[in-house]
Amino acid sequence: MFSQEFMRNALLAGTFIALACGVSGWFVVLRGQVFAGDALSHVAFPGALAAAAAGVDERVGLFGATIAVGAGIGLLGQRSFAGGRGTVGAAPAGDAAIGAVFTFVLGLGVFFLTLFSTSSGGGSGIQAAHTLFGSIFGLGSGEARLAAVIGLAAVLATLVIARPLLFASISPDVAGARGVPTRLLGLGFVMLLGVVAAEATEAVGALLLLGLLAAPAAAAHRLAGNPYAGIALGGLLAVVAMWAGLALGYAVPGLPPSTAIVTIAVGIYYASTLVA
Amino acid sequence: MGTDPHLTWNLARDVSEVLEYHFMVNALIAGSVVAVMAGLLGWFMVLRSETFAGHTLSMMAFPGAAGAALIGVAATWGYFVFCITGGLVIGRFSGGRGRSWSEQSAVIGSVQALALGLGFLFVSLYGGVLGDLDNLLFGTFLGISDSQVLVLVGVAVVAVAALAVLGRPLLFASVDADVASARGVPVRVLGIVFLLLLGLAVAATSQITGVLLVFALLLMPAASAQAITARPGLSLALTVAIGLVVVWMGLGIAYFSIYPAGFFVTTISFAIYVGVQIGAWVRSTARREIQMSEPPAEGVIA
Repeated sequence: MFSQEFMRNALLAGTFIALACGVSGWFVVLRGQVFAGDALSHVAFPGALAAAAAGVDERVGLFGATIAVGAGIGLLGQRSFAGGRGTVGAAPAGDAAIGAVFTFVLGLGVFFLTLFSTSSGGGSGIQAAHTLFGSIFGLGSGEARLAAVIGLAAVLATLVIARPLLFASISPDVAGARGVPTRLLGLGFVMLLGVVAAEATEAVGALLLLGLLAAPAAAAHRLAGNPYAGIALGGLLAVVAMWAGLALGYAVPGLPPSTAIVTIAVGIYYASTLVA
Repeated sequence: MGTDPHLTWNLARDVSEVLEYHFMVNALIAGSVVAVMAGLLGWFMVLRSETFAGHTLSMMAFPGAAGAALIGVAATWGYFVFCITGGLVIGRFSGGRGRSWSEQSAVIGSVQALALGLGFLFVSLYGGVLGDLDNLLFGTFLGISDSQVLVLVGVAVVAVAALAVLGRPLLFASVDADVASARGVPVRVLGIVFLLLLGLAVAATSQITGVLLVFALLLMPAASAQAITARPGLSLALTVAIGLVVVWMGLGIAYFSIYPAGFFVTTISFAIYVGVQIGAWVRSTARREIQMSEPPAEGVIA
């Protein structure tokens, strides 16, 4: 299995993307921002299309769109997400704003798609969109290395702000009173999430991003009471799901690796609800 | 079409030109039916902060269509089946008092990821190309047949009738779940039934707007109306009115343009939403300035 180059690339990129998703996912779940992460992965697509229509490198549009929308969500959600881990019924009111913003951006994407497919002649826009978002088994070694570097950088950035972000997420009022810049932290975190979303969406697809962001972290929240143990466990479970899914996808013909990875990740979460 | 459609300054002539075509009449009827149903159910979705659940239900179209292609039935059937199943699963696993909001959103995200993963599996097993993926994602209004209009009307009648029966207790349960449950309202069951209805509405709406832009009719009109007024009846009526305006304008403009209807429907809806939000912000700022001289009211600190 390891003699195949595509498999080594998939493992390299997959491990670090999974780690980034698991670690930042712990905070995403804590702050109730899974929807925001999902929305960011959706705007990656119109961003790349807009760049393609404008003739710019697609990465510019990809990262530009996710970071800009991340900033927008961060600003819109200042008050509503601040509560984070509320009781039932303390759902953030910002989710309507997130839905409205990303739907509009997707509407723009439809517009760019038409523009793109009419200006470039024969090539169907949908086809272009598919090639923009490769599968995890289709990564080149350069792409895989870049994904690994960005994943590692995102993990480190999350760990650097982990302590104040934890304080700001659990008790925003007290943190604010103690001089923690809660707004800036919240904004910075969603923009960081935008970087993770852009990289993961481009390298492995939006599906894996969502699966690895939500399920392993939710399991970690159930299993570990200590925040740092939870963050570590979230990263670990995501990497385990990634490795097991890749192996399964390699072994079973016809089974897409992303399906296997997501199924294992959700299976881990389900098992955690039975245990704890 | 005999002549190229083009916009003139004579609005009456333009409208009559649009209505000459049977497919446009079908599109307008279907669009209006969907606007009413999506508006009413979307209003409760916004009230209950279940936007993420609604979005996840719209994503069920992918495994639905892929699964339908795999076993060789019409995509619509797969879509309705997956939407309804998805509604049940989300209702079953995300509800309950044991789970905080943060975990609920993680559960919904996991359901969506799993459903998309299933969709990938179906596509891979099917091996072929999903024919009408474009229409599925971005909607079509050109090819709505008479029988599709009938199905939409049927679904809408069922959904709106169910909502008419459930509306009052559902409103109670949405606004204050604890008190409602203490008064004997079956909050949990209502929540699951509502997600079922939402699944129906999402599946129907996507026939017009496409899967990706369902929120243009489901979310934005309701979110706009709720920012305008807090009175439930008025707000519901406003939602439906905004939805109808958005559909009519969107389809009308799209007829005279080469760009897809989904783009116009979404843009008009979003423009109204942003306008209303700005208006609400200006209003609240003005009110806060008036209150500055008075002692702070309860809740201002938070």
